[in-house]
Order: sequence, then C-alpha cells, then structure tokens
Amino acid sequence: MKKEYSKKILDEISTKFPDVSIKIHAPRRIYIKISREKLFDFAKFLHNEKGFRFSIATGIDTRDGIEIIYHFSHDEAGTYYNIKTLIPKDDLKIKSLATFLPATNWIEREIHELLGVDFVGHPNLIPLLTAETWPADLCPLRRDYADEHKDIKISKKPWEAS
Amino acid sequence: MKRIVPIGPYHPLQEEPEFFKLIVEGEKVVDLEINIGYNHRGHEFISQTLTWDQVPFLVERICGICSDSHPYAYVLAVEDIAHITAPPRAQYIRTIIGELERIHSHYLWLGLAGHFIGYNTVWMWVWRYREPLLDLFELIMGNRNHYAINKIGGARRDILPEDYPKIREYLDLLEKKNAMFTNAILDDPVIRGRLENVGVLTKEDAIAYAVTGPTARGSGYACDVRKDDPYDAYDKVDWDEIVFEEGDVLAKAKVRLIECNESIKIVRQCLKNMPEGPIETRVDEIPSGEGIGRHEAPRGEVFHYVRSDGSNMPVRHKVRAPSYMNIASNVIAVKGYSIADAALVLAAVDPCYCCTDRTFVYENGKKKYSGQDLLKLSWEKTEKIKRRYKK
Repeated sequence: MKKEYSKKILDEISTKFPDVSIKIHAPRRIYIKISREKLFDFAKFLHNEKGFRFSIATGIDTRDGIEIIYHFSHDEAGTYYNIKTLIPKDDLKIKSLATFLPATNWIEREIHELLGVDFVGHPNLIPLLTAETWPADLCPLRRDYADEHKDIKISKKPWEAS
Repeated sequence: MKRIVPIGPYHPLQEEPEFFKLIVEGEKVVDLEINIGYNHRGHEFISQTLTWDQVPFLVERICGICSDSHPYAYVLAVEDIAHITAPPRAQYIRTIIGELERIHSHYLWLGLAGHFIGYNTVWMWVWRYREPLLDLFELIMGNRNHYAINKIGGARRDILPEDYPKIREYLDLLEKKNAMFTNAILDDPVIRGRLENVGVLTKEDAIAYAVTGPTARGSGYACDVRKDDPYDAYDKVDWDEIVFEEGDVLAKAKVRLIECNESIKIVRQCLKNMPEGPIETRVDEIPSGEGIGRHEAPRGEVFHYVRSDGSNMPVRHKVRAPSYMNIASNVIAVKGYSIADAALVLAAVDPCYCCTDRTFVYENGKKKYSGQDLLKLSWEKTEKIKRRYKK
C-alpha cells in the first residue's frame, strides 16, 4: 500500500516538473535531480503542498561543482526524497529556502562557511561553526583546502575580536 | 527596556559549551540567539580519511549518551549502498541494544530535569535505577558506554543465552519502578505546576523547525522512524507510538516516561523471539553509490548520508544529529516565558551532552594511575559485575 502511495507522488512530480530525473535506489530511497533555478519552487511544492518534513542538506565538493542534496522525509510513507542540484564553481549562488522554511536556516549557514556557497535571500548568513575571526574566503570542506592552506594563520585570536 | 542575560558558552547549568543569549524585558524573555560550534570536532571530515570499518568507532564518539545511535545509522546507510541485509539474529541484537539505550538516555534526562526544577529526590531515585542498566551493558559488551555493537552487515558481539535472565530480571524491576515514577511525577501538583504550559511548541512550529523525536511527538507531530520506516526487528514486534498534543515540557516528559514502557515491551519480545544463527554476513566490498541510514535515537531521528566511489573510504559522510534541529526550535519555545523557565525549556529538548572525559587521579601532587592502570581497574570491575550476576 505504501509503495503505491509513493508512485502517486512520483507521477505528480513528473507531471508538474517534467525536466527532473528520478532514480529509485530502494523502495523508500528516491533521488531526484533538478536544476538550481527550479529548486526553490520544487522545495516549496514538497514542503507546503505535500507536507514533507525537511531533514537536512548535504553539500559535496565534486569535480563538476558543488552538489547540494536536500533531504526531505515523507513521514506518512516513510520515504526519503533526496533532491540533488549542482552549482557550478564559477557562480556559487542558489536561492535560499530559509525564507519559507526556518529549519534550513542553520544548515545553509553551515554550507556557506564550509563550502562557500552563497544563499541568496538568507536572512542572516553569518558563520555557524567557525570562529568569528575565521577568514570568510577559506572553506574548510573544499577539496583544495587541505593542500593550499596547510599552515594557515589566523591574525586575531577569538578573544581579541572587536 | 531590553537587556541581555547570557547563558554560556561555559555555564554551570550546562555540561556542553553552547551560547544562549536571552534578550529580556524585565522578567520576560522576548528573543533568543543561539551560537554553537564551540565543540566542533570535524567528524564529517575525519570520516572521509578512515576505512569503512573504522568509521563506526569514530561516529560512536560523537555522543557519549546515545553512542549506539550514530554507528547504527551509519551501518544502515552503508548496508543501503551495498544492498546488504544483516542476519536475523544480528537484527534482533541491534534492536535490543538500541532500546536499552533509549531507556538509559530517557532516565538520564528525567534525572536532570528533576535536578533542574530543584526536585533532587526525582534525580536520585531515577539515577539509582539507571545504574543497573549500565552494569548490564558492561556485562553484555564490556563497556558502560561505547558499546561497539554495530558492524557493517551484522553485530560485533552476541548476547549469550545465559545473559537473558539477567536482562529479564532488570526489565521486571524497571517496569515496576517506571510505573512508580510515572504516577509520582504526573500526580505531583508541584511538578505539574512547574512543567505544565511552559515552553509550548505548537505543531505548526514543530513542522516548520523540523524537530524530531520526543520534542516533535510531545507537540502532536507523529514522526517515529521505527514506525514510519521500520528497520531491523522493529516491524516484527508489537508496540505503540506515543504522541501528546500539548507541546509543553510536561508533554515531553510524558512521552519519554511512557516510551520507556514501550521499550521494555520491545526488548521482552525480542528476547522471546530471538532467532538462532550467525550474527554477521561477509562483506567483501562496498560498491560505488549512495545510501541513507536513519535510526530513531532517544532524542529523535539520527540521519546519516554516505557516498561511496567504490574505494575503501567514504567520499562524503553527512551526519545529522537530532539536537541540531531540536535546539534551533528553542528560539520559538522560550519566547514569552520568564527567565526562570528558560533553563527548563532549553533543557527540555534533551540537548546532547558528551560525558566522556578522561580521568586522572592525583594524590599528593603525583599522578596515581596511568592510563594502563585505569584500564586494569575497569577490567577488574567488569569481572566483579560478572561474578555478582553469577551468584
């Protein structure tokens, strides 16, 4: 019964957003690829209309760009919908979801400081985990970080912050 | 006039460093700013430098209280990549340990909550019945915390048939005591007066802030991974999901207390129906792909995302602990209440405390025990517990 339920939702998704590619890894693990321009509307559709619970977002530094996966959980059916989008490295910008979904507030701040993605429209895009004195252009989770910044020096100690 | 009352980053009230900036008008809290990251250890990055089998031992150390939850979710994620199913006996063992851990974690919170509201009798009584459970863990797995029971494709240790009676004996004791606590706490007019209608998180806010676990179920939002997306033995046992509508601190306490009863039910059924057979499958290699593991930890849903490129290490490992979502919801829950309530509301989501500091014993300015000596002492204690239960 639960399986048919996910099929109904998948049909609805592919009629409303025809250019997504859907991959079913396991009955309850569904991966959907979408362009970054359409992501905002898609996430709004999933959360506001379908009532999916936002779980978390994962940022990954890949060869082609920074990949962000938004994990949404459909609790009634126990299914995870993972919405993948790719952001090219020469234009690291994406529309923020925090405007309508407060749960994304912290994770967008985290991805911003660790991978350097700019979330356009985020109400308060300040660092979450790193210290106030951490240089803003250094992104510790980027692949090139470890080689280039082995002996990084922070000019100010945290307690000397203005 | 607005004033600021800082709690933290280092404060006697909390054992973990976190900064809560209460903005108050008189006695009333009008806003809250939360600053985290004082204890960031970079687990996600370290995980990318370890092999598949080393990672469970790393993620186990994310949290000292729910130390079974993170490796559990991780092995489920890796099993999802490779489409492995653990043998039935291993599934039952993992379920039993997961449920026993829920009891000890809920009791820890209950004791602390009693302590926070100045009701130290609750604290001492609850922890008195939590202690035998930790002894039980030490008996089964050799450690009070950090059980190291989870392994990709199975369990690392078996629960021996001669240990079943000891677990059952403890469950019988706990069932009586849990009923006593539930009645004592819910009937006490002082506790009710202190907890009722304090720190209310409505269902709409619970969904908007995507909280999980008892925090969500206390606000009327039914989300329990064990029911929604059953894994291991959870769909083979009979139990109920506990949901309360009120959303205040009392509702969260009620969820946790009654959930302990459900855990007792689950462990009993697992022990009764425990299948025979091997406890692990042979895992040769992890193919490239991605997987998701979810486990209902005591505090809510633990989520692990793992991506593999076919090598012997994860390419990316994302960890989402339940407190990451739950603590952020405090911004709403604490608004409009007094400063005296704030401490209670902040603690009501059961923020994850890490109690795994190493011990040093000094006498007359000299170090008395080395690390090896402490290890020896701990082995001796395990032997003592085993002897005590043998009688």
